[in-house]
Amino acid sequence: MRTAQKLIVENDDVSKTMDLAGDISRDDVIGEISRHLAPFQNGDTPIVGETVISKDLTIDSLAVMDMIMELEDRFDITIPLNTVAEIHTVNELADTILKLHSER
Amino acid sequence: MGLLDRHADLLGQYRDVRIQGADPFQIRMDRILSPTEAIINGRRTLMVGTNNYFGLTFDPTCMDAAIDAIRSEGTGTTGSRIANGSYSQHVLLEKELAEFYDKKHCMVFTTGYQANLGIISTLVSQGDYLLIDADSHASIYDACKLTQAEMIRFKHNDPSSLDARLRRLGDKPGNRLVVLEGVYSMLGDSAPLKEFVAVCKKYGAYIVVDEAHSLGVLGANGRGLCEEVGVLDDVHFVVGTFSKTLGAVGGYCVSNDPDFEILRLVTRSYMFTASLPPSIVASVRQALRIVRARPELRQQLWDNVATLYDGLAERGFFLGPEHGPVVGVHLPDRLLAIRFWRALLEAGIYVNVAVPPATPNGVSLLRCSICAAHTKQQLERMTEVMTGIGLQMGVISGTPKLRVVGGAH
Repeated sequence: MRTAQKLIVENDDVSKTMDLAGDISRDDVIGEISRHLAPFQNGDTPIVGETVISKDLTIDSLAVMDMIMELEDRFDITIPLNTVAEIHTVNELADTILKLHSER
Repeated sequence: MGLLDRHADLLGQYRDVRIQGADPFQIRMDRILSPTEAIINGRRTLMVGTNNYFGLTFDPTCMDAAIDAIRSEGTGTTGSRIANGSYSQHVLLEKELAEFYDKKHCMVFTTGYQANLGIISTLVSQGDYLLIDADSHASIYDACKLTQAEMIRFKHNDPSSLDARLRRLGDKPGNRLVVLEGVYSMLGDSAPLKEFVAVCKKYGAYIVVDEAHSLGVLGANGRGLCEEVGVLDDVHFVVGTFSKTLGAVGGYCVSNDPDFEILRLVTRSYMFTASLPPSIVASVRQALRIVRARPELRQQLWDNVATLYDGLAERGFFLGPEHGPVVGVHLPDRLLAIRFWRALLEAGIYVNVAVPPATPNGVSLLRCSICAAHTKQQLERMTEVMTGIGLQMGVISGTPKLRVVGGAH
């Protein structure tokens, strides 16, 4: 498991990490979320803002929590898991990330 | 909607498993012959999935202690420590465990699950932060649900991931409590505890270490990973269980916190459940004496770990990252893991099968736990049998591989 985790870390291209001091756009955030959710796409149904993460996709709760960890590191924020329970759609997740990022 | 409809997906998967033969989740041992053998489906079976690390379940002195306790104190306490009082043996066990760890205080729980549930959920509250390893045991996750503290996950065994999360909390008020495990139960890997402790010190975070799978197994005196890496004084709370190395059931927490005793009046999983029966307390006290008196059991365990881990690694199996009392064998998917498990059982070898969602990163595993009482011949035979099945199922190829094996033991 440690090996697998290490791979993910090594694949995290540093140059791709956001300009932490600057602003991020909603498109950046939606794009990043969609990239993480792509492996869980249900058939040809596209992933959009209204997609309900736990219902419209083939993702389980553990994978959702793993994605949250990746997004935290990508945007240098903390999304407490208590908050995650209240997030249903891609839009809501993007809103949460943008809000937490602006509060940093 | 029916109350159980939400489990329809799981039920479907479970049906797929059951129609194929023996059900790994309903296995029944007809007779237990010893710490390492049982009769299953009428067949004498080698047990390599028991967590019985020192093989003390049939130790004659532990059994005698339990039987004597039943004769003198009865079969059960019929109540909780707080409402119905302690037996003197409960108090003595707590004193002996505190001495074993060289800590001032100890509380004993009825199960290890309840120890984690109670201690972790009680130490933090609204406004605090609970930081847990992504691969934490279910009891740790469940503890998070019982508290108002905010829960944050960091990457498994990754101190830099914890560092980033503690850094991001900045100067927000509230305590930070970090929960780690000595040995992780699915893949048998240990936490890089020294590095974690350094990160926690940097940010003033409190630490709980769960030594469920490392009590007796690690450290010069068997106190666990904290002793092994020399951080016992830096760790605020150690929790553990009696159900593995000590061969019974129950949990504990030790600490030097001067206000520790108040936990007895606020920890609900301690207050509102019956205390351990006298027989269990007596056998645990004797098992703890054996852990202290017979360090050679630890050496036997690690010799056995090396036999199985290195044997399987040489044959090309993909294993957990390092030697550990648990050896996790990766298999490509759930159904293959269950087919492999069945073939092993038919060959007279019992291991555990672990499939998502109980496993990290959705992996499917055969989970082998090693016992000091296994013989080298038993484990070598197991390696041969697994190699045969692995070749037949295409899990490994015919050419033996030499790979670098981690772990100091």
